[in-house]
Amino acid sequence: MTLPVLDDAILKETVWADDPALAAFEANLPAAIVAAKYDRAELTLTIERTQIIAAAKLIQSAGYNFLEDVTCVDWYPTGPRFQVTYHVLSHTLKRRLRLIVRLAESDATIDTITSVWPSANFYEREVFDLFGVNFTAHPNMRRIMMPEEWEGHPLRKDYPVEGYR
Amino acid sequence: MPEIIHDSITDVIESSERHNSVADASADQTMVLNMGPQHPSTHGVLRMLLEIDGETVVSAAPDIGYLHTGIEKTCEAKFYQQVVPMTDRIDYLSPMSNNLCYCLAVEKLIELEIPERAQYLRVLLNELTRVQSHLVWLGTHAMDIGALTIFLYCFREREKILRIFENVSGQRMMGSYFRIGGLALEPPLDFYDQVKEFLDQMPDRIAEYENLLTGNPIWMNRLKGVGHLSAADAIALGVTGPPLRASGVDWDLRRDMPYSSYDKFEFKVPVSDACDVWARYMVRMEEMYESVKIARQALEGMPEGKITADAPKIILPEREKMKTEMEALIHHFKIVTEGFAVPAGQVFQAIESPRGEMGYYVVSDGTAKPYRVHMRNPSFATLQAVETMCKGRLLADVVAVIGSIDIVLGEIDR
Repeated sequence: MTLPVLDDAILKETVWADDPALAAFEANLPAAIVAAKYDRAELTLTIERTQIIAAAKLIQSAGYNFLEDVTCVDWYPTGPRFQVTYHVLSHTLKRRLRLIVRLAESDATIDTITSVWPSANFYEREVFDLFGVNFTAHPNMRRIMMPEEWEGHPLRKDYPVEGYR
Repeated sequence: MPEIIHDSITDVIESSERHNSVADASADQTMVLNMGPQHPSTHGVLRMLLEIDGETVVSAAPDIGYLHTGIEKTCEAKFYQQVVPMTDRIDYLSPMSNNLCYCLAVEKLIELEIPERAQYLRVLLNELTRVQSHLVWLGTHAMDIGALTIFLYCFREREKILRIFENVSGQRMMGSYFRIGGLALEPPLDFYDQVKEFLDQMPDRIAEYENLLTGNPIWMNRLKGVGHLSAADAIALGVTGPPLRASGVDWDLRRDMPYSSYDKFEFKVPVSDACDVWARYMVRMEEMYESVKIARQALEGMPEGKITADAPKIILPEREKMKTEMEALIHHFKIVTEGFAVPAGQVFQAIESPRGEMGYYVVSDGTAKPYRVHMRNPSFATLQAVETMCKGRLLADVVAVIGSIDIVLGEIDR
């Protein structure tokens, strides 16, 4: 087995045992998955940063047709600091897959997936605005919530809740 | 006069801010029209930058963030139970849906089992919320298009639902009635009769609205064929809820990925493949009938039992017990002062809100405060589809399109 997730005995008992996306990963892109976790009936796959577009295309053709959400978690002060999170839903399989990518603060950059799902446009702008993660080749990488001239990224953990005074 | 000819929407925004001027109409150029942020038909504080050629829309760029209050950030500084009132304020037309989604997410983290009676009450209140939200949509959408009467009819029925909410939670809008682990209070005795009376009236009232609108030639002309959005575009642009179903995609989380015992209810999911504003109108009207049916099933099949789970460390004890039992007093003190620790992990819980798929992504680090709360709001994604729907159409159709996707800016900006 090349995928760590498929070794999980618990997973074999669930719907994920014959998941087309996992099968496609194993066949075509085994190196893309760094880690996998099955918890509270949800499956999380940690994807290698450079492989995010390939991984998105792969799960899209495996039936995960709908991108629900892109967001980020800041794990400051532990590293790698940022966790960009993608939730992808399958209308045919009726289940949801979570992809995460960990990014270091020194190089918080990742490829945009707007070419796979155009709906990622607003979500990625929001992550850029509130966390300061850059999405390369994004069609419109500007702030979306905060004013253009705003300094700092409010959802970072080192940004005080009441803002700077 | 500076030259305003644009390649992309980014240029439109930049140049409109730079020049802030109107092109010469005779010069065969496009013009940038600023719609909002204080425009009555944008349903909140939405600014649209419309590039128009005569009366034809060339491009439309939404500009949002005017209502951004950083609710996600505030949630990180509060105990889990203190976040419930925050969720009310995201979408002021469907506070109960937000309550439910957040509570379900945290209950999934704690792995807490909710009594069936609480689940049925949650379903009942959520369906009333859906009817209430659709009534506001119908009233304002019709008013945007010029049918002023319908607004008063819709608000007459909405008032009755708000009275029900007031009766059950003490507040008309931001009730915060849901709790992690169940509900805040047992509903008052006259609640069931009040709901029954409303449900008996409502189907006739929806028929009344349809009498005013559905066959009306002006209404049909303004809606039919306007704001076309194909199924493929809807999925690519993240559109959910009634607009997705109006584009012919048969998908409803209540039926397809049931939560809170929705699998025990029988209802139809209205779908239309006309893909236009008219289809969205028809889908929502049908949904109101179905919501009334679900609410009636919940009311008639209401199981006996408790309204909170058996978890004394998470749910506040009854007032009476606090006066007589030492443990209850200790639990109360601990929950109020220290909150309750939630096991580390991350969950994503989605429900079908009146506007589409609402999802709460809650990350716990094992403490009593959420490490991160993120809301996936249906309006935020649906707004991206406005440009596709408006392109090449007349300026007056923009108002119909914005009305038809039923956005709430509070939930977009959070």
